[in-house]
Amino acid sequence: MKLSMKPDKPVGIVGYGAYVPRYRLPATEISKLWRGGQDRGALPVKEKSLPGPDEDTITMSIEAAQNALLRAEIDPAQIRSVWAGSESHPYAVKPSSTIVAQALGIAPYTTAADFEFACKAGTEAMQAALGFAASGMASYALAIAMDTAQGRPGDALEYTAAAGGAAFVVGPAENAVAVLEGSCSYSTDTPDFFRRSYQKYPEHGNRFTGEPAYFHHIANSVNTLLGDLDLKPEDFAAVVFHQPNTKFPQKIAKMLGFSPEQIKTGLLAPRIGNTYAGASPLGFTAVLDEAKPGDRLLLASFGSGAGSDAFSFVVTDRIEAVKHKAPSTESYIERCVRVDYATYARWRNKIRHF
Amino acid sequence: MDIPRSWRLRNQRYLLEGTRCSHCDQKHFPPVLICPACQSRETAPFAFSGQGKLYSYSVVYQAPSQFEAFVPYIVALVDLEEGPRITAQLTDVSPEEVQIGMPLEKVIRKISEEGERGLIFYGYKFRPLVTY
Repeated sequence: MKLSMKPDKPVGIVGYGAYVPRYRLPATEISKLWRGGQDRGALPVKEKSLPGPDEDTITMSIEAAQNALLRAEIDPAQIRSVWAGSESHPYAVKPSSTIVAQALGIAPYTTAADFEFACKAGTEAMQAALGFAASGMASYALAIAMDTAQGRPGDALEYTAAAGGAAFVVGPAENAVAVLEGSCSYSTDTPDFFRRSYQKYPEHGNRFTGEPAYFHHIANSVNTLLGDLDLKPEDFAAVVFHQPNTKFPQKIAKMLGFSPEQIKTGLLAPRIGNTYAGASPLGFTAVLDEAKPGDRLLLASFGSGAGSDAFSFVVTDRIEAVKHKAPSTESYIERCVRVDYATYARWRNKIRHF
Repeated sequence: MDIPRSWRLRNQRYLLEGTRCSHCDQKHFPPVLICPACQSRETAPFAFSGQGKLYSYSVVYQAPSQFEAFVPYIVALVDLEEGPRITAQLTDVSPEEVQIGMPLEKVIRKISEEGERGLIFYGYKFRPLVTY
């Protein structure tokens, strides 16, 4: 029995787009305030991206999706699904996806829904969109992976909880920049990390973070996919793993037999932090920006609760023609303005104005 | 902004949708029923490209309550590439960085919120053109 999934009809990514907000909070700003600067030299990331006071998952999704549409070179009205994966949807009830669909001229003839699965909400949306296109129900489908993550002030997560993400227009393989070879999802009930309704900040399941969660789930989704496709780590030009910090993706790469060179381009966490649902898809856009026709690429997400989606894609000749039709992921990362903790606290509602 | 008005104006605010006169080709924002240039009634919806230049601006420090979260912010007169001059907020730019004549592009951002329980209003703002 094959455990991975493969479409009957060849489909792939037709257009991709990234978005990272302009502001950065250096990790030293956090350690200075909460640890007297004591843990300097051993911080999980250098700095994290921070949304401006007028940005949220919806506005950021609109820009990433607009970039994906520029590269897809299709009429937005041809899109039949807008699926937005995030754990920071601005509304508890009212879909982010309908606002995105309206703002991009995709509405009204589209299905629209918000996906939720911690840090893998975005790859869930991608997988569903690929299946939707492969079934023939839709010619084109839009999947978004975006977050404006929040960490409790002083908590270890505050260093990394960042903002950014990516969007993908998926459709027929003949128009694709990267064709899907197969995908494998591995999900179990693992209590590593959670946030209850009405709570602003998440909680850790302590010992479940790491080994039984991140490493176990990614190892299984990736190894099963590679086994089913009869591929080896060295068959891939580049690999992107979920990146909650700098260390985890480096360690899983080593465990599974991938070299530091293979993960280098897609490892953005040291410079922008953990963009949660946006993290591995955003890393994947950085890889696509650098990809050459014929390259085989691996994307493996991880979401707490817990699960991992792995995908294998092969890049087509069309990549060269569309790469430069929208801002590169690197150009968003370079466009940065550093702010202090006080500005961050005001913008992220950590201090209130009465 | 109230809920019905926000709903009615959504394509104006998201897509920068104005009108184009089918008779003399003049473009208008906000949309008009009768072309002010040639008085023709043949106007059709027209989505502006969102590219423009900064004509003038003012930095707001004392803001109406719904905009207090963004202080200091910049209110600008933007000359759209297709003609009309419109009022909009600038974003992703500080008062020290802003320059008259700078190329701008439309982005969709949060305009205001109706308190903690009400609607969030989204719409166009302009930022310095991102080159790539």
